[in-house]
Amino acid sequence: MADRRAFLGLAATLAACTKSSKAPSVVEQTMTPYGERAATETIARTVGESTASVGVGSSRTPLQDLHGVITPSSLHFERHHAGVPKIDPAKHTLLVHGLVEQSIEFSLDDLKRLPAATRVHFVECSGNGGGELRGTPGATAQASHGLLSCSEWTGVPLKHVLAQAGLKPEAKWVIAEGADACRMARSIPMEKCLDDALIVYAQNGEALRPGQGYPLRLLLPGFEGNANVKWLDRLHVTEAPAQSNQETAHYTDLLPDGKARQFTFHQDANSLITRPSGGQKVSGGAGFVEISGIAWSGNGKVKRVEVSMDGGKSWGDAVLEEPVLSKALTRFRMPWVWDGKDTVIQSRCTDETGYLQPTRDEIVEARGVAYNYHYHGVKAWVVKADGSVTNV
Amino acid sequence: MVFGFAVGLFGQTKYPGVGKVASAERGKAADKTVMADGRWLPVGKGSVESGRALYKTKCAECHNEAGEGRDKQWPALVGGTGTLQSKSPKKTVGSYWPYATTLWDTIGRAMPYDQPGTLTADEVYSITAFVLHLNGIVPAGQELNEKTLAQVKMPNRDGFVADVHPDVKAKR
Repeated sequence: MADRRAFLGLAATLAACTKSSKAPSVVEQTMTPYGERAATETIARTVGESTASVGVGSSRTPLQDLHGVITPSSLHFERHHAGVPKIDPAKHTLLVHGLVEQSIEFSLDDLKRLPAATRVHFVECSGNGGGELRGTPGATAQASHGLLSCSEWTGVPLKHVLAQAGLKPEAKWVIAEGADACRMARSIPMEKCLDDALIVYAQNGEALRPGQGYPLRLLLPGFEGNANVKWLDRLHVTEAPAQSNQETAHYTDLLPDGKARQFTFHQDANSLITRPSGGQKVSGGAGFVEISGIAWSGNGKVKRVEVSMDGGKSWGDAVLEEPVLSKALTRFRMPWVWDGKDTVIQSRCTDETGYLQPTRDEIVEARGVAYNYHYHGVKAWVVKADGSVTNV
Repeated sequence: MVFGFAVGLFGQTKYPGVGKVASAERGKAADKTVMADGRWLPVGKGSVESGRALYKTKCAECHNEAGEGRDKQWPALVGGTGTLQSKSPKKTVGSYWPYATTLWDTIGRAMPYDQPGTLTADEVYSITAFVLHLNGIVPAGQELNEKTLAQVKMPNRDGFVADVHPDVKAKR
């Protein structure tokens, strides 16, 4: 009886709830198994697809429209050299062979049995900012630096996978190859493979997106994007690099003396003001405006970000939002009272190694302009008196 | 080692039961690597002459009749020798690429651009020979195979240096 009384009481409460609650007159969405953003939200990647081949090209992250440091998976930048392959995860395997005691093949389920790690890291194409270097700077953050994204990645430390095959003493490089149509391959130094490299199967809590290498990719924290081989299905352990196309003809930095620098992997300390930034408008005229942006380094944690609101004459320290993570984007904020006049704003990053982000002139002085990679110069925007923000 | 299962003995894995010995079929994929010294190049051969005809049907649409490239989008394969120190360096197979094996590997993996991986080994040797000939690196009568390709010395073989890091000094 007591149970029945309780039930009746509950039923009465529910009925009261239903009666008093007011149903919305217009429903935004029906309930769906996999969610969508609000119909009024429209931020998007810019897509540059080759005219010759489907799915080849690049897309850029709308950095100026994002908050915090995590890039939504749908907005992660892409650079595909032979399109996105269709892969059946049940049939996909990773082969480890070469200078190992035993060639081993791992299914996706095998890899998920091994000790996993979840970490937040940025991935940046080493061609990011190339336009800035060549003197054709981007008019928006997306155009200038959009080949940069940051995710929470989950996978197996590569060292566990290599240990499972058993490295021979002469093993010095690992050639990572993808299952895309061109089987893109890069040679990775063993030191990195045994350090913080991951074989990743998840991004932001769910399976990798096809454009990010589903079902498996290599994740080399802080290394240029191209080396983070997507659709990974083969690791060939060798004593030397293969000298593949993407580590000779491309992703090498030709210096003024005619020699080209090779195997430059680290993406150096960098930063970018994303608000206010090119293409945006500061509405309402003079007064308080928070300056906000992102900073990152392939060599560790961001230690300091300075912001200048006078064209680089003076600099003040921005606040770094916690947690500051190694080889991840760090959000910085700087309060600013704008006098309503034309103002040049810019940021510069110092990482935990003490390396200070240089200006474009300093990079050009050291490396010339005959290449397209590893640019990380200070980027300036002009906030105009009418509130519009443009490139310098 | 702290854990009983983490043994380092020959042939024994650190995490028992995870992963399996690679199948023979899967192991075959292993010869897809092409090293700069020619290791793992597939057996095959091709001549400048056989490459000339193949180039016309497989490559010329983008790279143009004599490898000069087309528009801005399609890279030139020839020219540029002596320009690497100039203000407008021209990086081509002939002027920039350090290894002939890289050319074979690129054509074999990634070309034709819209149909990568469709050429036979002999076709790849042929087109490689022809593109090297366009650059004046091998003579018209040359035939290349898995033994001779790596012996071709590219003009810019010694043009690459190791990364120096960090190399830019910013002033505060």
